Amino acid sequence: MLNLNNIEVIYNNVVLVLRGVSLQVKEGSITTLLGANGAGKTTTLKAISGLLRAERGEVTKGSVELAGQRIDGKPAHEIVNQGVVQVFEGRRVFDQLTVEENLIAGAHTQRDMGKVRQRTEAVYSYFPRLRERRSQLAGYLSGGEQQMLVIGRALMSDPKVILLDEPSLGLAPLVVEEIFGRLKRLQQEERLTVLLVEQNANLALGLADHGYVMENGRIVLEGPAASLRDNSDVKEFYLGISEHGARKSYREVKHYRRRKRWLS
Amino acid sequence: MSDTLNFFFLLIGNGVLIGLMYALIALGFVLVYKATDAINFAQGEFVMIAAIVVSAALQAYGAPLWLAILIGLGGMIAFGFGLERSVLRPLLGRPIVAVIMATIGLAAILRGVGPLAFGTGVRNLPLPISEDPIFLGPFFLTPVQLVGAGVSLLFLAAFGWFFMKSRQGIAMRAVANNQQVAMAMGIHVERYFALAWAMAGVVSALGGVIWGSMLGVDVQLALVGLKVFPVVILGGLDSIVGAIVGGLIVGIVENVAAGYIDPYVGGGTKDFAPYALMILALMIRPYGIFGKRTIERV
Ligand SMILES: Nc1ncnc2c1ncn2[C@@H]1O[C@H](COP(=O)(O)OP(=O)(O)OP(=O)(O)O)[C@@H](O)[C@H]1O
Ligand SMILES: [Mg+2]
Repeated sequence: MLNLNNIEVIYNNVVLVLRGVSLQVKEGSITTLLGANGAGKTTTLKAISGLLRAERGEVTKGSVELAGQRIDGKPAHEIVNQGVVQVFEGRRVFDQLTVEENLIAGAHTQRDMGKVRQRTEAVYSYFPRLRERRSQLAGYLSGGEQQMLVIGRALMSDPKVILLDEPSLGLAPLVVEEIFGRLKRLQQEERLTVLLVEQNANLALGLADHGYVMENGRIVLEGPAASLRDNSDVKEFYLGISEHGARKSYREVKHYRRRKRWLS
Repeated sequence: MSDTLNFFFLLIGNGVLIGLMYALIALGFVLVYKATDAINFAQGEFVMIAAIVVSAALQAYGAPLWLAILIGLGGMIAFGFGLERSVLRPLLGRPIVAVIMATIGLAAILRGVGPLAFGTGVRNLPLPISEDPIFLGPFFLTPVQLVGAGVSLLFLAAFGWFFMKSRQGIAMRAVANNQQVAMAMGIHVERYFALAWAMAGVVSALGGVIWGSMLGVDVQLALVGLKVFPVVILGGLDSIVGAIVGGLIVGIVENVAAGYIDPYVGGGTKDFAPYALMILALMIRPYGIFGKRTIERV
C-alpha cells in the first residue's frame, strides 16, 4: 500500500535527517516504527504526508509511493485527498473549536455532506465518549479524550492509511489500552492501514503485525512484530529487559544507548 | 419625558447606529487577524478606496447604483485576493512586525494613489434614501444612518453564521487555531488566508458605500479606520461578537461624550473619547471583552 524507497530528507537545505529510509506498509496491516528520541520517526511521517514543506524540509532522494503512485513532492492537501492522513504527536486538537467542529474540520476534503454525517456517526460509535462531549471545547477534554479526538478527526477524511505519531504519550495505561483496542477494531472492521510511531515498543509490538526500528535516520532492524519482540536488542533497549531477565533502569538503558549503535 | 432624558436616549440611539457601522468595518480587521494573524493597519484605506471606486463608477462613468456597488464589491474582492498573493504570502512566517509595516506602507500608498487616480475633490455618493430626518420629539435620526446600521447588522449576522455554522467557516477557524494541524487535515491554508482578505474587501466595499454616503468621499474617509482600533481592542481582536459589542460601545461612548462635553470644549471629544476608553480597557482586560484566551488545562 505504502512504500518508502530509500528516501533522504534534508531540512533547511543543510540538515540531513533521513539517510536512506526504506519501509513498506501492507494494506490493512498495522506497522510500527520504533526508535529513540531524534531518530527521525516524525520526519518519516511528515515525508509521507507532505507536511515537511511547511517546515522547510524536503525529500531529496528516493520516492514515496501510495498504491504504486508517487506522492512525494505533492502538497499536503492532495495527499489527504488521496487517503493518507497524519496524526501529530502531542494531541494537537483545535482547542478553540468544539469536539464536533474538530471533526467537521477533519472532514474538509469530503465533498458530500451526507458522507460527513455518516463519518461523524462512525467516529462517535468508535469513541462514544466524544459523542457525550460533542459540543464542548476540545481544549477542555481530558488527555485520553483529546487523543481519541485527534484520531477520530483524522478518520473523518475516510483515509486508507493513517500515520499515528506516539498516541500513547503521557496517557494512563488503561486509556492507552482502550485506544489501541479501537485501532485494532478499525483495522479489522474498516481495513484501515496504520503506520504507528511509538516509543513504547512493548505496546506497539503487541498491536502491530510488522515492525521497523530506526536510529540516526536509518532503519536498523525490521521484521514481524513477534520476532522483534524476541530480539534481544529490542528487548534490552525498548522493553527494558536484559538477558538475565532483570528490568534495567531507565538511566542504565539511556547510558548504554549512547554507546551502542544498532548495526555496529 | 423630559428633554434632558430625551437627549440622552437620542445620543444612545445615534451611538448604536454609528456603532453598528463601526462594527462592520472592524469586522474586516477581525476576519484578517483571526485567520492570518496579520494586523491590518490599512482597513480604513480599504474603505476609502472602495468608496472612491463606487463613487467614480457612479459619477464619472454614469453607472447605475446597483452596478456601481457590484463593481466596488468585485473590485475589493479582487484587491483582497491580489494583495494576499502578492504582498502577504511572501511574508508568511516572517516576524509579525514585517506584516504590520507592510500594511502601514500599503495604507500610505492607497492614500496617495486613490486621489491620484480619481481626483482630489470631495465626491458625494448619493444613495436613493430620503434625506428627511425622522423626528423623535425635538430630536431626529437620519434615514441613511438607519439603513447603514441595518445593512451592517445584516452582514455581521451573515458573517457570524458563516463562521459558526458553515464548513468553510469552521475550516477558517481551524486555520486560525492551528495552521500546521489544519494543513494536516487537508485544509488548503493559503486559500483561506486569501479568502479572509477577500472578505475584508467585501466588508470594506459595504462600509465604503455607507460611510461615503454620509461623510462624502475623499482621503479623509480613511480616518474612519482609526476607530477600528478602539473597537477591536474593546471587543477582542479575533471575535465577531466582540466587534459588534466594541462597535456599540465606541459608538455610544463617543456620542454621549460629544453630546455632553463638546458644548463646553468646542468639539473634538468624539475623536479622543474612544481612545481614552481603549487605554483604560487595555489596562483591565488586555485580550478584550470577547478575545480568546489561550486555554490552559490545569
Ligand atoms: N524542522 C526541522 N528543522 C531542522 N531539523 C529538524 C526539524 N525537525 C526535526 N529536525 C531534526 O531531525 C531529527 C529527527 O527529528 P524527528 O522529530 O523526526 O525525531 P523523532 O524520531 O520523531 O523523535 P521523538 O521521538 O523525540 O519525537 C532531530 O535531530 C531533529 O532535531
Ligand atoms: Mg517525533
